[in-house]
Amino acid sequence: MHPAIQGLLTIAFGVGGCVGYFYFSNLVLDRAIFPARGPHIARNIRRANMIRPWLFLLPALLALGLYLAYPVVETLRLSLSERLPGGGSEFVGLANYQQMLAEAKFWEALQNNFLWLLVVPAAATWFGLLAAQLTDRLAWGNIAKSLIFMPMAISFVGAAVIWKLVYDARPEGTEQIGVLNAIYIYFGGDTPMQWLTIPFWNNVFLMMVLIWIQTGFAMVILSAALRGIPEETVEAAIVDGAGPFQIFFKIKVPQIMDTIVVVWTTITIVVLKVFDIVFAMTNGQWETQVLANYMYDKLFRANDWGVGSASAMVIMLLVLPILVWNVYNARREMR
Amino acid sequence: MSSIVGEKPALIWVLRLSVVLLVALWLFPTLGLLVSSFRTADQIATSGWWRAMFPSEQNLTLRTAAPETQIREGDLFVIEGQLFGDDAKGEISAWGTSARDPAAYAPGTTAELRRGGTLTVQADGRYRYENTEEISGKRGPRVFVSATVPPEFTLENYATVLVSGNATDNMAKAFFNTLTVTIPATIIPILVAAFAAYALAWMEFPGRALLVATIVGLLVVPLQLALIPLLKVHNEIGIGKGYIGVWMAHTGFGLPLAIYLLRNYMIGIPRDIIENARVDGATDFMIFVRIILPLSFPALASFAIFQFLWTWNDLLVAMVFLIDATGETTVMTKQIVELLGTRGGNWEILATSAFVSIAVPLVVFFAMQKYLVRGLLAGSVK
Repeated sequence: MHPAIQGLLTIAFGVGGCVGYFYFSNLVLDRAIFPARGPHIARNIRRANMIRPWLFLLPALLALGLYLAYPVVETLRLSLSERLPGGGSEFVGLANYQQMLAEAKFWEALQNNFLWLLVVPAAATWFGLLAAQLTDRLAWGNIAKSLIFMPMAISFVGAAVIWKLVYDARPEGTEQIGVLNAIYIYFGGDTPMQWLTIPFWNNVFLMMVLIWIQTGFAMVILSAALRGIPEETVEAAIVDGAGPFQIFFKIKVPQIMDTIVVVWTTITIVVLKVFDIVFAMTNGQWETQVLANYMYDKLFRANDWGVGSASAMVIMLLVLPILVWNVYNARREMR
Repeated sequence: MSSIVGEKPALIWVLRLSVVLLVALWLFPTLGLLVSSFRTADQIATSGWWRAMFPSEQNLTLRTAAPETQIREGDLFVIEGQLFGDDAKGEISAWGTSARDPAAYAPGTTAELRRGGTLTVQADGRYRYENTEEISGKRGPRVFVSATVPPEFTLENYATVLVSGNATDNMAKAFFNTLTVTIPATIIPILVAAFAAYALAWMEFPGRALLVATIVGLLVVPLQLALIPLLKVHNEIGIGKGYIGVWMAHTGFGLPLAIYLLRNYMIGIPRDIIENARVDGATDFMIFVRIILPLSFPALASFAIFQFLWTWNDLLVAMVFLIDATGETTVMTKQIVELLGTRGGNWEILATSAFVSIAVPLVVFFAMQKYLVRGLLAGSVK
């Protein structure tokens, strides 16, 4: 069957199935199990209303359970076991973690991930804040914003191609087609640089790609937060003779600190999961490995599920503080 | 702020300039790719894309027309024509007949060819090749020229990538595969999530707060954890690698955000509307279909855009759950990564493929930006 037809059938089947499920399960509940008539009408309605939320939730809970909750548990189990030849697995305790900790590549990935964590959220938030503030009162600010926001729509892979062209190097003596090398030569550099192969700095060049993508996100949210600042606070500061920089750093930034934290943590999560950029641009060569790509290497190239799962657990562990913080905030808001 | 900068025109100009600079910086890389996708391989390789708008000085290797076009003028056999072709233009500053000395002659002068005969090349590219004997061979003699060539753009790359290219270059199949992945993976989670969000927003039941907290927690669970366990599940229930698996995976991974966004939105719908409907005897199912769904359209649109961008741009989920060894079901992102590996130097193909793959999200982005921004704000700021 042609995939397009299969796709259409799936849409029809999926949508029809969902609607049908919700409609008929409600119908069965109201007509057959607890009909709203007869001698127990009040009790029946009450009971039906107790069950109904779970009817509404069931498909979502099943999907969430299978696709997100179960894998966390299963990955934990896999990280503690070894696959046996011919199927099955045995419990090996922390052996996978020991093996992983002994690998230099893992430490390189961890170190790089921390570098990413340090640089990317800070830089993207800062550029976002800058762009939000600068475009705030401009007549054509919205156009400027939407152009800075645009990379959000571009895939990591597309961005990798875009930036590979920027970093491209041609042999010495010929004209450079990568912007970075062209500028470098123009300002007196002698040999064109293979930017992505220079250890340590190549990490920065990869991070540039993610900063470029995430700045728009930070800008949009911080821009809304800046607009929400009460005008009086700014006016009061102006009356007291504060300069523009003082107003920005001492009046505006403190008032949107909560939002800055949200933006920061959201980008942090993206950074922890960053995979496509490294995979497409260097594939972890020249000391640019990161955890997500290390994990992919282990799982699908080395076929080592134990160590792969162990490194996935490391990513989970790094995400955990943010997860707890988010849940804590959500609960506080609900009260 | 306006009242302050308003007093200092210099500051306003600094402000405007820095915005222009920032926008230029952010636009420049994408622009490079776009311009490159309209240039020929030669042009991309010999000059930076930022020169594409201007006439450029290039060293070209051209040929006269083939000997079969020669005509006889008395004792002479003559080939006449235009080196740049009929419609192209250029300004030759020097030319030569051998690769060792490609700038030996000025335009307008006549040179002796080693294979016999004389060649005259004019500055505008017209040439006249004369020989006393009949000119033999399949192809005309080579002419090396240094010329200033006007900017030239071509749609040939797009023709190659979309229609004519061979298996590795042609993106048409991958384009449709991506579309096949994306549409069901965008529509199905919306429906599932909408019902759940309604229950979490407007129905009273024990454990509701806990469920909301769980969903907030699941929002950030890295999907990396899900790869192996789910691949195992898919293999065990017989789906294996394929569209069904990737649709289900995208549905599962998209649900937490969908439920979270929709619940936040639905909770803002005025209580009166819902209670009036209840008093009038509407069931929850009717309230949901007749009132909640239409009123939640902006939130549904926001999530749809997120999910569309995410599934269209995804690489990892497609590689793990969809693309098998045959590569029949490859998606665009995967094909571009492969091109990066095997054809890293062929910028004309690479740039064009990448642009084909980012064109659709860009259109969606600019057309639906309002909803995207709304969704972002609902998702992260309260």
